[in-house]
Amino acid sequence: MKVNILMPSLSPTMEEGSLAKWYVKPGDRVQPGDILADIETDKALMEYESVEEGVVLELSIAEGSENVKINTPIAVIEVESISQNDSEIPPNDLIKDTQDDTKTAYEDQDINNNEKKQLISNEITHSELTEVNTNNITVREALNHAMAEEMRRDENVFIMGEEVGEYQGAYKVSQGLLEEFGPSRVIDTPITEHGFTGLGVGAAFTGLRPIVEFMTFNFALQAIDQIINSAAKTHYMSGGQITCPIVFRGPNGAAARVAAQHSQDFSSLYASIPGLKVIQPFSAADAKGLLKSAIRDNNPVIFLENEILYGKSFSAEENEEDLEPIGKAKILKTGSDVTIVSYGIGVMHALEAELKLNDMGIKAEVIDLRTIRPIDFDMIIGSVKKTNRCITVEESFPVCSVGSYIASQIMVKAFDHLDAPVISCTGKDVPMPYAENLEKAALITTDEIISSVKEVIYF
Amino acid sequence: MKKILEEEKTLISLYKKMLLIRRFEEKAGQLYGMGQIGGFCHLYIGQEAIVVGIDSITKNGDQTITSYRDHGHMLACGMDPKKVMAELTGKATGYSKGKGGSMHMFSKSKHFYGGHGIVAAQVPLGTGIAFANKYKKNGNICFTYFGEGAANQGQVYEAFNMASLWKLPVVFVIENNQYAMGTSIERSSSTDAMHARGIAFNIPGKEVNGMDVREVAKESLKASAHCRSGKGPYILEMKTYRYRGHSMSDPAKYRTREEVQKIKEEKDPIDNLRDLLIKNHNIIEKKFKDIDKEVKMSVTEAANFAVESPEPDISELWTDVYTN
Ligand SMILES: Cc1ncc(C[n+]2csc(CCOP(=O)(O)OP(=O)(O)O)c2C)c(N)n1
Ligand SMILES: [Mg+2]
Repeated sequence: MKVNILMPSLSPTMEEGSLAKWYVKPGDRVQPGDILADIETDKALMEYESVEEGVVLELSIAEGSENVKINTPIAVIEVESISQNDSEIPPNDLIKDTQDDTKTAYEDQDINNNEKKQLISNEITHSELTEVNTNNITVREALNHAMAEEMRRDENVFIMGEEVGEYQGAYKVSQGLLEEFGPSRVIDTPITEHGFTGLGVGAAFTGLRPIVEFMTFNFALQAIDQIINSAAKTHYMSGGQITCPIVFRGPNGAAARVAAQHSQDFSSLYASIPGLKVIQPFSAADAKGLLKSAIRDNNPVIFLENEILYGKSFSAEENEEDLEPIGKAKILKTGSDVTIVSYGIGVMHALEAELKLNDMGIKAEVIDLRTIRPIDFDMIIGSVKKTNRCITVEESFPVCSVGSYIASQIMVKAFDHLDAPVISCTGKDVPMPYAENLEKAALITTDEIISSVKEVIYF
Repeated sequence: MKKILEEEKTLISLYKKMLLIRRFEEKAGQLYGMGQIGGFCHLYIGQEAIVVGIDSITKNGDQTITSYRDHGHMLACGMDPKKVMAELTGKATGYSKGKGGSMHMFSKSKHFYGGHGIVAAQVPLGTGIAFANKYKKNGNICFTYFGEGAANQGQVYEAFNMASLWKLPVVFVIENNQYAMGTSIERSSSTDAMHARGIAFNIPGKEVNGMDVREVAKESLKASAHCRSGKGPYILEMKTYRYRGHSMSDPAKYRTREEVQKIKEEKDPIDNLRDLLIKNHNIIEKKFKDIDKEVKMSVTEAANFAVESPEPDISELWTDVYTN
């Protein structure tokens, strides 16, 4: 029987890829495990192996084709049945048979992805803040350029972490750095987070300026003692003698379907520690300008990135001396009816909500915090005095969240200006589930933001 | 034991189990490609002999704990392929009701304690399960699996020290497949003799050909005898190889195609056992075809079950955070 070979999805966030190379041609026999093709994404080049035994009949997608969506048929293989009453169901039939069950799941996934893309492009076209000189740059590139520029500028800056060198970074943020700066400044570590974090902190005590990459911030939990007890406190404990100029960076928060141990936002946890600065950028320009500032800062800085934002493009002008100040928020949209305070990927949802609210005639002011510690309360309070209503938006757990702290400070500093209680929109108070529908329900949504806004303005 | 390992019946059952794991993993890879499985998915292809060999010498009640590369361990300890696959697809019928996924699955009744996504976290956990075995005097062993990359985490040595100090019944199985993501053992470890990592703690260790299921069974029987006699922990370094990428997305530039191909051709645990069965036991082609068919059917059944099962009810989001 004929079996369609489909464009595979090879990573949690992959939507499309290029067919870089075919290893087979029509007429070839293939066994399970034989390499059929090289598939390339923005993250990696991957070998795609056959799971079928049979003969290649046709290659439906030509070598070199780009932007091939996942699940597009790319080849046809004739598979022989083992016997008459063989019950093996070919992959395309498996989809077909169950299409009714799975259709919504597929579609939802697509809608979800498109929604996310749409949001970013809206942001780009609608934002009055992005520079007129439109050079598109992804957050990944912005971070990469920030590190390269600072490493060129100061030879005390070096990067270490798991897979940062030869592998070019698990998420390709450190791509090309090993080539340019060599193995003494781009250091592949063993899987030893507590060890290399402590080592980095020790090196920083002597004046080196390490950038410690955590493959994801979930693994920084292995190293939390060195971050909190050594990096954050030594300046104070030494009466100001010893400084610790170090940046801890890496992806933070939920990616896609990687479940509880790999999906959490640590902002509020780090933000509660005196001695640390905590940054979580949204746009590419902020990612770059703030990372450069973090590397030049003489204090330990926690720099929280987001895997879903890595591949997103923003228009930005690149200028070597464009530093963004730590501790300053930014108004992305001005409005008079309600203030929406957010950070990181929450800003994406806040901007989407702002557009929809605008259609309903509600003018929201959107503030991107950018720095979680210290928080720019001047800007927040200034805005609340104007709008008299505020909600906060973040992806993390609700208990002791950044939003709950902001709400308490607004109450203290602008109580008389409030016309409604401040609402904090957060992720749900549960570990992140794996199942697609549950994960979606656990995450913050634009609709939840809109209904919170309606609540505070008594719409 | 030696005798049993020459018996045709035993060998055929080991062969069948290894083949089940391989076909199951191939199917999982296929379902991932189709978008039915999401997130991370770490396949066990190439390493099948280890869990199958060890399972063949366990006693009822012995526990297993491992990393995220866990599908093979679950199938080896008798968990239902249907429910494992359903968990991979995030369905209500999966072992964790769809909440855990590929990396986090458990079965209390099969004494399988997960499925852990944080590299090396399972090592102290497995040592704690062994502590409980000794505490309860139940005569059981906890088989605690981890990779050679995980062997560089500090908590591994904290666990080694306590296990030896308190003579806990734990077999540390280091699955040395030579790579931790894209990092070869030479690039991450000051010495590559993983079996010798317990010397400072007085834990005996043995290097084993993890591509030979009979060898695995023989050596793990010795290790478990050591543990069960109250002498404390034992380290088995299983030399093995992972055929596929680390997870589904893997640039695969850290090793050559020839390297992978050579191992597949020369060391494959399934092919080699098959050759042995043909040579020493005159098993005919037809018998293998029958086994193939039986295994394929159970994998197909698992995949269909997984795809057709319903998603968890949305109310499940809020359950299981606490117990009563
Ligand atoms: C504490 C921690 N650090 C990093 C990771 C990311 N990570 C997942 S698997 C892996 C490689 C582990 O290699 P190894 O222990 O040899 O096991 P294998 O994957 O080869 O089975 C890494 C670095 C993680 N999950 N947890
Ligand atoms: Mg390994």
